[in-house]
Amino acid sequence: MKLWTLLAATATAAVLMAAPAAAQTRIALVVKSLGNGFFDAAAKGAQEAAAELGDVELIYTGPTAATAEAQIEVVNSLIAQQVDAIAISANDPDALVPVLQRAQQRGIKVISWDSGVAPEGRQIHLNPSDVGLIGETIVKLAADYLPEGGDVAILSAASTATNQNAWIEAAKAAIPEKFPNINLVSVVYGDDDSVKSTEEARGLIAAYPDLKAIIAPTTVGVVAAAQVVTDQGLIGKINVTGLALPSEFKQFIDNGASQAVALWNPIDLGYSAVFLANALVEGQEAAPGATFSIGKVGEVTLDENNSAAMAAPFQFDASNIEEFSKIYGSFLARRHGAGTPPSLPPLKGEG
Amino acid sequence: MTDMSSAGRQLPDRLDNPLKSAVLSWESLLVLVALAIFVGNSFASPYFLNPWSLSDLTFNFTEKGLIALAMALVIITGEIDLSVASIIALASTLMGFALHTFGVPTPVLVLVGVLTGLGCGAFNGFLVTVLKLPSIVVTIGTMSLFRGLAYIILGDRSYGGYPRDFAWFGQGYIGDSVISFELVLFAVAAVLFYVLLHHTNFGRRVFAIGNNATAAQFSGVRVDRIKFVLFCLTGLMSGLAAVLLTARLGSTRPSIAQGFELDVITMVVLGGVSILGGAGSIIGVVIAALIIGLVTFGLGLLNVPGIVMSIFTGSLLIVVIALPILYKMWKERRA
Repeated sequence: MKLWTLLAATATAAVLMAAPAAAQTRIALVVKSLGNGFFDAAAKGAQEAAAELGDVELIYTGPTAATAEAQIEVVNSLIAQQVDAIAISANDPDALVPVLQRAQQRGIKVISWDSGVAPEGRQIHLNPSDVGLIGETIVKLAADYLPEGGDVAILSAASTATNQNAWIEAAKAAIPEKFPNINLVSVVYGDDDSVKSTEEARGLIAAYPDLKAIIAPTTVGVVAAAQVVTDQGLIGKINVTGLALPSEFKQFIDNGASQAVALWNPIDLGYSAVFLANALVEGQEAAPGATFSIGKVGEVTLDENNSAAMAAPFQFDASNIEEFSKIYGSFLARRHGAGTPPSLPPLKGEG
Repeated sequence: MTDMSSAGRQLPDRLDNPLKSAVLSWESLLVLVALAIFVGNSFASPYFLNPWSLSDLTFNFTEKGLIALAMALVIITGEIDLSVASIIALASTLMGFALHTFGVPTPVLVLVGVLTGLGCGAFNGFLVTVLKLPSIVVTIGTMSLFRGLAYIILGDRSYGGYPRDFAWFGQGYIGDSVISFELVLFAVAAVLFYVLLHHTNFGRRVFAIGNNATAAQFSGVRVDRIKFVLFCLTGLMSGLAAVLLTARLGSTRPSIAQGFELDVITMVVLGGVSILGGAGSIIGVVIAALIIGLVTFGLGLLNVPGIVMSIFTGSLLIVVIALPILYKMWKERRA
């Protein structure tokens, strides 16, 4: 009977897989769905952190379908295994709250990272970055390659886009203090539309002949601007930078239209999540104002919602774009259906 | 005079030995499979044989199982309902809507969920029995329609803030025990459906329709009326599942219960209900639900990636369906 063979095989496999866990601390990294390059990269970082911390066993798991219901089943099985901590990137900020509260009642430490859970369902939330750091980074990306200073312009998404407006405000605040020789001449809006972004980029180049850099804190705008610079033969004269997905921006780093762009780094994110979870297991209290070490990435301080920002966006240039374009390639394929223009991955999962 | 009557010439009311047929039945095979998986799980994970683990396990199948009970009857009549997951989405959304717009208390909330389900089921039933449209086409349509309505009402927002006593439906336990309310509800529903299908005239008619709807019609069975009732029943159970799932999640999003319909149909088919109609049993469906719960939870305990789990359930389904066919072929070749 085939069924019996199958069952026997499964049982044997199951027994073999259930080798006793020797590590003292078991931390589960729960992702939105498996088979996603972004999360595989995060798991790589988490694995690194576990090795660095020593007696930590990492369980990398998640459902096949990115649904809250499937993730709840995963969390249920982790509760049954009495893991010490769960670090989750949630498919739904609300639906996972009851099951994560139950986990906490049974003594399991819970943090969320990347895509957050409502505060009552977790002890800490780790954001990849924060507004101030992003604002500063996008100016820095331009300033690093303008030792003499010069004119720069910002090509944003819609004029109503909350994220981008906050970043631009932060950028404007950072310029006089940290980048005094950078002169921001204009902010235009391409509405995250390729055609409109292209027109706006052309307009900027025509209006400001001394323009040295275009900063586009949007994945659509940055590609459009780099394409315009390439088409008009301005490579080397105007540097395009901003927040870009390595997978779709690689060609412009390769052809020189851009020196460097930035975005959140999934490897560091997984790494930091494990450090935070481990700190909680070791007895550190999560409270507003508390400071946690996140290993080589630095340290984070919790805000009034017990959420923290990991670091400034991670820089991609000629030295690492190859590796990260692969990581982000499969990440995007999951988050966005084919044919829709990708926007930035959500920065704050709690919105 | 020899006592012929007391010697008792037994006249069999069936051709095969009832004991033998019970042992060789689909249900006993399923019980064995369930036991094997249970024992396997106990050996494979030290965390399995724990009252809380076993209780958590039941949440993996109770909501889908409730729908599967009604779906079994629909499939036995030769129809199908693919819209059940979307009914959950719409019912859950309307519950959230009622809560946030009118601030209704818990009993009304439950009523909204169940009645929405019933209404959706009646709509399916109307299209199938009055307009005579094929159920697979109708429910593919309403699958998009019901969830689409949920998306129109909610968009990318979510409803939360359900009252604490409402949460009990999805997260509550009976007294201080580890037995959840969901499990009790499933058990009660299973008994009711068992009686309905196997011990009432209604149930006999369901089988009659599945075997030959035309013959049933000419024998005085009101085929359309029974089918209509069954679609209503499936809608009702989906509404009930929506109440439980919403209470368990504590929130509503239009994407709730995505893909549940396939899991429900898997349970029904694994339970031995013929996908062509005319045969099946509630006991089989209940054990199949249990098996799905045991497999998913057991593999979860071992942190087997979800994709392997899907492969396992898929293979189980194919093997289990292929087995009787292979057995029959083998028997025919021997004969």
